[in-house]
Amino acid sequence: MSVSHRPYTLVAELTYRCPLRCVYCSNPLDYAGHADALDTAGWISVFRAAEDLGVVQLNLTGGEPLLRDDLEPLIEEARKLDLYTNLITSGIPLARERLARFRQLGLDNVQLSIQDVEPAASDRIAGLRSFERKLEVARWVKELGFPLTMNTVLHRDNLDHVEEIVALAERLSADRLGLANTQYLGWALLNRQALLPSRDQLARARVVAAAARDRLRGRMEVLFVFPDYYTDLPKACMDGWGRRFIVVSPDGLALPCHLAHTLPGVTFENVRDRPLGEIWEGSSGFNAFRGEAWMPEPCRSCDRRAIDFGGCRCQAFHLAGDAALTDPACSLSPHHALVERARADAESPAVSPSLTYRSRAAVVPQ
Amino acid sequence: MIATDAKPRLAAKARLRFDRKTSRYLLLYPERGLELNATAADVARLCTGEHTVAAIVDQLVEKYADRPREVIERETLAFLAALADRALLQDTT
Ligand SMILES: C[S@@+](CC[C@H](N)C(=O)[O-])C[C@H]1O[C@@H](n2cnc3c(N)ncnc32)[C@H](O)[C@@H]1O
Ligand code: SF4
Ligand code: SF4
Repeated sequence: MSVSHRPYTLVAELTYRCPLRCVYCSNPLDYAGHADALDTAGWISVFRAAEDLGVVQLNLTGGEPLLRDDLEPLIEEARKLDLYTNLITSGIPLARERLARFRQLGLDNVQLSIQDVEPAASDRIAGLRSFERKLEVARWVKELGFPLTMNTVLHRDNLDHVEEIVALAERLSADRLGLANTQYLGWALLNRQALLPSRDQLARARVVAAAARDRLRGRMEVLFVFPDYYTDLPKACMDGWGRRFIVVSPDGLALPCHLAHTLPGVTFENVRDRPLGEIWEGSSGFNAFRGEAWMPEPCRSCDRRAIDFGGCRCQAFHLAGDAALTDPACSLSPHHALVERARADAESPAVSPSLTYRSRAAVVPQ
Repeated sequence: MIATDAKPRLAAKARLRFDRKTSRYLLLYPERGLELNATAADVARLCTGEHTVAAIVDQLVEKYADRPREVIERETLAFLAALADRALLQDTT
């Protein structure tokens, strides 16, 4: 196997179920149609196969991974495989005793999402009263000796609170703070009008985040991810298709990214039907956008193609209708006007648009 | 820069792992990893909070007898600074 095709990270989406209903949730709109198909043994064999391919990082995520009652044996196995295991969670539902067991079993890091700094604002985005319980979970995480990553997804309603978000992370003694600007896919794309910030708002938040990063250097890692809607350059989504990440969805599909199965015409295979190594190496889905052969102009002749790999395939499809196009976030894309128009709308928001909460109900087509 | 009498210790979030694919050590932390060369791996392994920077350099000088002490010391300090910058070292005083 060529070294460039070694996966480093397995993203295990253990379930799409979740008690929260975040308006920015990156899960697919039809998540409710994807049942939990892998049992404990199924996931364990995925972990083993992934480690064999070279994976060293494991993200336990979803949906809400805490809804799986077999997290304990999964963490235990991950530790046996010497994987660096990160639990990515809303913190709900959780008891302190369970978290203590995770610690004993060798879980490495807890990444807790907190929506905002005030209970009302946070709960409004989450669609569930949860803020106070999240703070309590954060305290347990530190008391039990885990490193804590706090993650806050940024959007129009909380970008002016970055200073307070940093202060909250400091109060909770977080080791890392992810200030992750919303990626406009999944439910976030549905709610884009309500969530997309203005350029000024972002510029101000960036200054605050940079100051916090410098001030806290060496104590807390502060990451501010600027949104691709405002950079005119696309992100190197997933570090390139089929290069470093394997996502396995709750129903067992092995995917290059967490929304790849929303792309029509690309076939993905199930870990219950074929060994993971074969899927990674040889499946048409993983090879669909690997390398440069698939690239259209302007990417094909662009100097940045080895840096950003043409951007995000899901964004190309969900904005411009074809996954094999240049990401519309790129200013060279013939579809860049789609992004410019969304930005213009964000400068002069009409009446404040209503929020669509994540739910299992059939969803308005995009 | 880190003082030579400090006793560096890896942060709780960092973990060393041998990588079968490359026969090198990886220093893993949330969502990231650093691939270490042989000297860096030795330094990382000695970051237990028990050894001073000077003592770590001494050990490396002994192990890599063919390399000048100044070079080893410079590399060690640079590596420790890189770790500190990423918040991968705990308070060392
Ligand atoms: C889909 S969630 C699943 C884990 C857990 N339910 C949680 O929210 O923490 C995984 C991570 O992605 C983040 N996230 C969700 N939607 C996002 C979006 N549209 N853009 C950026 N990050 C997002 C969450 O904050 C969380 O850190
Ligand atoms: S982002 Fe919110 S709704 Fe989506 S899985 Fe995480 S907690 Fe649940
Ligand atoms: S044209 Fe393609 S390769 Fe060039 S910057 Fe835009 S997306 Fe990246």
